[in-house]
Amino acid sequence: MDKIFPGIAEAIADIQDGMDVMIGGFGGAGAPIEFIHALVERYKKTGSPGRLTIINNNAGNGKIGIAAMIDAGMVAKMVCSFPRSSDPRAFTEKYLAGQLALELVPQGTLAERIRAGGAGIPAFYTPSSFGTQLAEGKPIAEFEGRKYVQERWLKADVALIKAETADRKGNLTYRKAARNFSPLMAMAAKLTIVQARRVVEPGEIDPEHVVTPGIFVDRVVEVADAVQEEALLRSSASKAGAKS
Amino acid sequence: MSAKLSNAQIAWRAAQDLPDGAYVNLGIGFPEMIAKFKPDGREVIYHTENGILDFGEAPPAGQEDWDLINAGKKAVTANPGAAFFHHADSFSMVRGGHLDIAVLGAYEVAENGDIANWSTGPGSVPAVGGAMDLVHGAKQIWVVTDHVTKDGKPKLLKHCRLPLTGVGCVTTVFTSLAVVDIKNGRFVLREKLPSISVEELQAVTEATLVVGDKVGDLVVPNV
Repeated sequence: MDKIFPGIAEAIADIQDGMDVMIGGFGGAGAPIEFIHALVERYKKTGSPGRLTIINNNAGNGKIGIAAMIDAGMVAKMVCSFPRSSDPRAFTEKYLAGQLALELVPQGTLAERIRAGGAGIPAFYTPSSFGTQLAEGKPIAEFEGRKYVQERWLKADVALIKAETADRKGNLTYRKAARNFSPLMAMAAKLTIVQARRVVEPGEIDPEHVVTPGIFVDRVVEVADAVQEEALLRSSASKAGAKS
Repeated sequence: MSAKLSNAQIAWRAAQDLPDGAYVNLGIGFPEMIAKFKPDGREVIYHTENGILDFGEAPPAGQEDWDLINAGKKAVTANPGAAFFHHADSFSMVRGGHLDIAVLGAYEVAENGDIANWSTGPGSVPAVGGAMDLVHGAKQIWVVTDHVTKDGKPKLLKHCRLPLTGVGCVTTVFTSLAVVDIKNGRFVLREKLPSISVEELQAVTEATLVVGDKVGDLVVPNV
């Protein structure tokens, strides 16, 4: 068994128009920037993959990462909890112009819907959003005297994940708060593609320390010098500042 | 009635009520300030939605690790004994009733404990984050807010007018003029600025304030 792919382009080659794509990360922490920017480049050259549904907590910042996808026009719909950021222009302009659909999901519900998708649980009940606009049209049930909202699982065609360490069997560890949604998304997609800062031999990751077991992972690419979204944002902001 | 507390002073006042040993989630922005004013000698463990328990202050400028951030995407540090976990575990801590206190900002709070803090209605970009989960998870829900809106209208209302974040969940409101507990669907005045009368406070509060025998003085240092 060897899930290692030689390069980013090969690993993401079969992402197609109209797919549902989960992208790991919370803000910049855990964002697989090299995968995202490779998709943007491909879209700009070939016009594909377009009409994507992107599932992430946020909707990008500045013109980096998911914001670059939105800005390029390849995203039809965002499923997220918090589409605001320090520089939310890419999302805000397209959303207010009616060119981008939004499914707003409470953050904990988003996490649990993805977990349920990966765990084979079609629906569950949560107290979150009860009595609010976000519960409209959803079944309500009472348990132990309290009202709960039924939410459904969320699955995807592809998950794009950034990990710290991977082996050829697909076992993963993450770095600090870059873990966030990634272990859940890895379970919930038909095809889970990972960019790892370091690829090691099987056994080098202590089984006690594996966070995502390899069964949830299909492809691994080593991206040793991966950029951090926040660092990229700050450097592009300071360059823009120097010009103006 | 010109005297009122600054946001930092409201944060200071809320911090005085943090009990030793509490697990606490501070909302992004204004509520984050509370951590700065925690009384010495109390150990409080802070939770952030994006998967850290027991994070500490911001690192010095230039030493940020952008994989170590809070829910507001600000750089933080990890205290000795910190833990990292994924989002489903993080919100199990929230909805599972394991957090003692969550502190949020608000556009409006109603006397029955309803809160509106995520949407100002059509034409704006709605963003809910973890607020709808937090308001139904933590044992106590505190709100820190100015007592009135920028144009002087009450924020403590009979009923919220903006889209709700949660129903009947707020337990205490720390404002620029008062500390108000919500008990049995009423605003119960616990403390007020000594420089204003109950009548003046009621005039900028839409719902009726229940005033008991003992209303404390809201006295806060210049912080």
